[in-house]
Amino acid sequence: MFRIGVDVGGTNTDAVVMQGDQILSGVKSPTTQDVMSGVVDALERAIADAGINNSAITAVMIGTTHFTNAVVERRHIARTGAVRLCLPAAQCLPPMVDWPNDMREAVGNHYWMAKGGNEFDGRSISELDMAELDQIAAEIGEAGIDTLAITSVFSPVSDAMEQAAKARLAARLPGVDFTLSSEIGRLGILERENAAIMNASLRALSHHTVSAFGKALEKVGLSCPYYITQNDGTLMSRAFVQAYPVLTFASGPTNSMRGAAFLSGKSDAIVVDVGGTTTDVGALVKGFPRPASTTVDVGGVRTNFRMPDVFAIGLGGGTIVQGAGENLKIGPQSVGYRLAQEALVFGGDTLTTSDVAVGLGLADFGDKTALQDLPDAHLKAIKARTDNMLLNAVERMRVSADPIPVLAVGGGSILVPDRIGDLPVIRPEHFSVANAVGAAIGQISGEVDRIYSLESKSREEALSEARQDAEAKAVAAGANPETITLLDQEDVPLAYLPGNATRIRLKVVGEMNV
Amino acid sequence: MSEPLTEVTDADLDAIEIGAAILGTGGGGNPYIGKLRCREELKKGNIIKVIPLDELPDDALVVSLGGIGAPVVGIEKIEEGEECLRALRAVEREVGKTVDALISVEIGGANSMEPMLTAAQAGLPVVDGDGMGRAFPEMQMCTWSIYGHREAPAAMADEKGSIVVIRDTPDDVWLERIARSVVVTMGAAAGLASQPMRGEFVKRAAIPGTITQALKLGRAVLDAQANNVDPVQTVIDQENGKLLMTAKIVDLERHLKGGFAVGHLSLEGFDDFHGDTGRIDLQNEFLVFRRNDVVEACVPDLVVVLDSDTGLPITTEMLRYGQRVAVIGLPAHPLMRSPEALKVVGPAAFGYDDITFTPMDAS
Repeated sequence: MFRIGVDVGGTNTDAVVMQGDQILSGVKSPTTQDVMSGVVDALERAIADAGINNSAITAVMIGTTHFTNAVVERRHIARTGAVRLCLPAAQCLPPMVDWPNDMREAVGNHYWMAKGGNEFDGRSISELDMAELDQIAAEIGEAGIDTLAITSVFSPVSDAMEQAAKARLAARLPGVDFTLSSEIGRLGILERENAAIMNASLRALSHHTVSAFGKALEKVGLSCPYYITQNDGTLMSRAFVQAYPVLTFASGPTNSMRGAAFLSGKSDAIVVDVGGTTTDVGALVKGFPRPASTTVDVGGVRTNFRMPDVFAIGLGGGTIVQGAGENLKIGPQSVGYRLAQEALVFGGDTLTTSDVAVGLGLADFGDKTALQDLPDAHLKAIKARTDNMLLNAVERMRVSADPIPVLAVGGGSILVPDRIGDLPVIRPEHFSVANAVGAAIGQISGEVDRIYSLESKSREEALSEARQDAEAKAVAAGANPETITLLDQEDVPLAYLPGNATRIRLKVVGEMNV
Repeated sequence: MSEPLTEVTDADLDAIEIGAAILGTGGGGNPYIGKLRCREELKKGNIIKVIPLDELPDDALVVSLGGIGAPVVGIEKIEEGEECLRALRAVEREVGKTVDALISVEIGGANSMEPMLTAAQAGLPVVDGDGMGRAFPEMQMCTWSIYGHREAPAAMADEKGSIVVIRDTPDDVWLERIARSVVVTMGAAAGLASQPMRGEFVKRAAIPGTITQALKLGRAVLDAQANNVDPVQTVIDQENGKLLMTAKIVDLERHLKGGFAVGHLSLEGFDDFHGDTGRIDLQNEFLVFRRNDVVEACVPDLVVVLDSDTGLPITTEMLRYGQRVAVIGLPAHPLMRSPEALKVVGPAAFGYDDITFTPMDAS
């Protein structure tokens, strides 16, 4: 029984072959323009290195930045219709009102506001008006739009209106894809609606990408199922990612943090992922990245996804060092992928952090004699400064006084000292392919975020009801029911609301059903 | 910015959003949606005209208004858009007079924006000032009420077209209670406008210049971020404030009491406060700050929690374990520190019979 993890990054496509907890092989391959040939190459090499037979591979897990990049670059975005069920409420701020103009233009700025929506306690704001929906269906058909996002006020409390509107529109618009906001986001209508519209706009790309991954696997001769990783470190089936591509946003940092946890055997730690230009620092809690508490912009669009809380600093293996003494300046500019030409040890004329590591004997590559004119004190001063940058970033993400370890991963992790403050640093084996490992070990999750009234039921009953819903979601997404455990649970009392209303967020995870 | 503020433009809104959230001391609702609504009004060609408090004619009629409801509903069921305008018109009909200017009941949080956008819709100016200089959970906790104005008759309007006029109440505490039960029936979001005040009274009772204050505060944070200057220190310098503690949140407890989110956070100091412990009590807003078990700041002074790196305000709903924060104290306006005011907004009014209000800058 083998599984393969693949991470398709902007620069490299990494692949690892795993058997149980063992890593049999790990390779890095340049990401190609068409993406798929890079995936094929990485898969073929990883399988060959592991020396195993294709038929013994049970699953492939893929982490990809493809959908995030599509939004950031405004490419492969489909014309999308946004239908909001809200009237008479919420008409002062139409859908996409706070989007950057170029992104709004990319999806076409087609929206309709209609009667519907719920109050916080489940009452209707107004009933759905079927004649109004039929009129909207006619206009959508006229405009030739084939992907829609439906958002109803308080749909995280009751999704009945979104479902009913979908049924009405679908009957009149055969072949159209639907995204319901209640299936994607939490309370906060603008952010949830934004996510639903972006999701709808990525559905065509998602169909294309998922089938292209399928073809890549076919080309390699793999017939096993494959999964895509989502931003909370869990897996989505191919059908699921076709329906919810936005859930892949920010899965890259998540995979590297989860991979670091696995490789080191530590579930509570600070992860320092040093790349060429930046260092991402995050916190692992029970093996999962701690989520950010604020809204997160994706390509300038505000969302309220559960994204990992990552603090990025301008320090990497290619970071440019200038000046000395009082005027010493480190980054944020980097030579990036030109490190092998521009760094001093590689015959270039730019002093980089990698040169400093070589000069101090922390790393051994290139031509060390190129550094002989640099005084040792200068190198040490630079190192002291970069150590301090890392210390500040780690302290920022640290959540307790407990002496949890720092896990150093990524190609530039030679820059990380052996201790950061009072915390020991661990450099796990295979650290450079931690993200592909993170993909390979993905789990299946189920999440609930809803307001409960504690008037007719106790808090324990509400939590138990929420947990059952979350477990049902996890099982529907492909989890083995027997392995499901509670990952995170939070309830926030809601000020001003009667009946002891409380908002419960709860998440369970389980092993994938393979 | 020595010239008085006479108009709020699109370029000012981001800064006012940040400044209003700082003055919200953790509560008051998120001003983000209000900012977008102001922006939409400006796109329509409406203008947000501001009148400095001291330029208000004595006989001008001024209405205090704002949204009432639950912050979490405010981010989900966005208003239809003219709730406050309908409430304003209902009050005008009730008293048979035409209003000359609007003023915010509370500058802290979402209600900073509501009067500005209603003023733009109504073609009226908004007064540069407000009734709290911060955020508080109940309507009687504003200076109009403290200094003798009666809020009734007041009008409430929801998005569906319902208008409820509360014609008379024995006092503003009863007005708050009745309005609170009405707003729950309305779906926990409504606009509320209260009985017009004379300009002469407003000039005596309003906390002056608070739109300008929010704007300057927000600009200071944005400029500090852009210039890599410490934004927390910038806020302190700007407002004559005091750094109370730089700390990490090590415990967080919140529960429901009488319809409000009540609780506390425990803090563990870092940097200059290494080895210190701290505690902040909250009731929607941050009320009392203690360091090493000694009260160092409490209502009506402002206890503000900022992200220690970005200087951006953290609201009570955004709090989480492990956050690194700067707790700062900002002095309340003298109108909020008078003996009359302290009866309504001092520590005893929030159940702290054991705390005597000592101005934070007096220690």
